[in-house]
Amino acid sequence: MAEATITESSIKTALADRLKAVHVEVQDMSGGCGQAFTTLIVSPEFAGKNSLKRHRLVNAALKDEISQIHAWTAKCQTPEEWEKEKAATGGHDGPSMEGTTDGKVVGVDQ
Amino acid sequence: MRRLQTFFHESHSATPHPTMFSRSLVTRQLLRQTARPATTRLSAPPSLLLRRLLSDQTRQAIDKAVGSAPVVLFMKGTPETPQCGFSRASIQILGMQGVDPDKFAAFNVLEDPELRQGIKEYSDWPTIPQLYIDKEFVGGCDIIVSMHQSGELAKLLDEKRVLLKEEQQAAAAADGKEQ
Repeated sequence: MAEATITESSIKTALADRLKAVHVEVQDMSGGCGQAFTTLIVSPEFAGKNSLKRHRLVNAALKDEISQIHAWTAKCQTPEEWEKEKAATGGHDGPSMEGTTDGKVVGVDQ
Repeated sequence: MRRLQTFFHESHSATPHPTMFSRSLVTRQLLRQTARPATTRLSAPPSLLLRRLLSDQTRQAIDKAVGSAPVVLFMKGTPETPQCGFSRASIQILGMQGVDPDKFAAFNVLEDPELRQGIKEYSDWPTIPQLYIDKEFVGGCDIIVSMHQSGELAKLLDEKRVLLKEEQQAAAAADGKEQ
């Protein structure tokens, strides 16, 4: 199978299908080459799981996609946590920008 | 495996004398200790790279690396010159937390294609960096950052007794201000 191009929308669709995600925000931080993404994933499937387990769930759901890109960041929240953080931050809950410079990841060409 | 071990010993011999602790920044110490890139690679025939499954040889070499210090980071680049923003963020956090350089080892996956691929399978984790504490996989950059922010990381590092003593940290911080 030819490798399909990974886009913000393909990631969103995959997470909605495979993780029952109720809200997904995807930000391309590659500067256009489609190789680096940071995401906020809200899914009830994360309930009762620690951070490591949540990430493993996402990694498994997006195994093929992640193997094709260089940089992948995920923030995994349950719907309740998401509501709480939105309330606490005045609606400013979004993907993590850690590891980036001005929203672009550096050094991914390695 | 043998060569990997050699690298590890080299990396430790680069640890500065204990009396130098108070004279430089904690992060500096952390950086310097592992600054030297691995000059050698895991020895394996190139065909091994094409295999999907992790060979016993590679697994054993990674076992060794994971157990080489209480705190082990697999990263892109060296602590002194990280080659990726995520590896940089991770090493900075370990420095900020005050991890004792004597209890820390870093492995540059860019120096070693087999390690780079092998560690992903070994940890069942698709990205670099990867942090191990007491041979247990902690997570990648996202998890390191969130544990740092929540205070969980400080608690874990303290429990595992891998932090510099308070007076050493204070001395390092004071020295940092002077510079």
